[in-house]
Amino acid sequence: MVPATCYLVLSAILFTLGAIGVLIRRNALVMFMSVEMMLNAVNLTLITYSRFLQNVDGQVFVLLVIAVAAAEVAVGLSIVVALYRHKETTDVDEIDLLKG
Amino acid sequence: MEMFIFFTLAAVAVAAGVGVIAQRSAVRSALFLLVNFCCLAGLYILLNAQFVAMVQIIIYAGAIVVLFLFVVMLLGIEHAEESPDLRRYQWIAGGLLGILLLAGILWALIPGVTGAFPALTPVDNVRQIGAALLTDFAIPFELVAVVLLVAVIGAVALAKKRLEG
Repeated sequence: MVPATCYLVLSAILFTLGAIGVLIRRNALVMFMSVEMMLNAVNLTLITYSRFLQNVDGQVFVLLVIAVAAAEVAVGLSIVVALYRHKETTDVDEIDLLKG
Repeated sequence: MEMFIFFTLAAVAVAAGVGVIAQRSAVRSALFLLVNFCCLAGLYILLNAQFVAMVQIIIYAGAIVVLFLFVVMLLGIEHAEESPDLRRYQWIAGGLLGILLLAGILWALIPGVTGAFPALTPVDNVRQIGAALLTDFAIPFELVAVVLLVAVIGAVALAKKRLEG
């Protein structure tokens, strides 16, 4: 039997990897993928506690998170496409329209 | 046996996560992301959340990663050109901040060590989720439909070409 802590530590590691990805990558698409990884890490925590507390509410939360993540990806990727059409790049350092 | 499956899936998930952020090619990052999602689906099955595991495969691995791949291939930006000197400095700073974050999370986590899982009672996972979705969570469940509708409209409005004149 794997203790619950193992799942929580794995989830922490995956969340950290996602956060590092957002910090060090400048490609908007890869940053998006890192955000998805962070959402997944949180989902893993929710399911671990759902199993631990014998309560199905955590899994319902995960389903809602997945639905919101799908909506986020649809909007986010169309923003990336619109930016690419405008600036010919997905490098977030070059997208400085609001910098003045 | 369960221990072995867990550590195999965990190791592959972490390795794929490193692959996502370390690969220069966005296509390879997306494929590593796919591996990561599939490993997490396996872990969900270990945690007795079979329905969520299937949803994870269908929506994340099936729809979201394919959407990423579509955009990467459409834009033709497999190789993101990034200036190397800036990147090295960013890798160090990002890595240090990440380690700090991990230490913070573990520091918060370890005092609340939860121990082993309670014994599994044989229950119908899908039936339970369905009952919860349509009773306690009926309003959030309906609101998700609105969120998805707004997202679809927003995506179409953002992606369509401006009509000239």
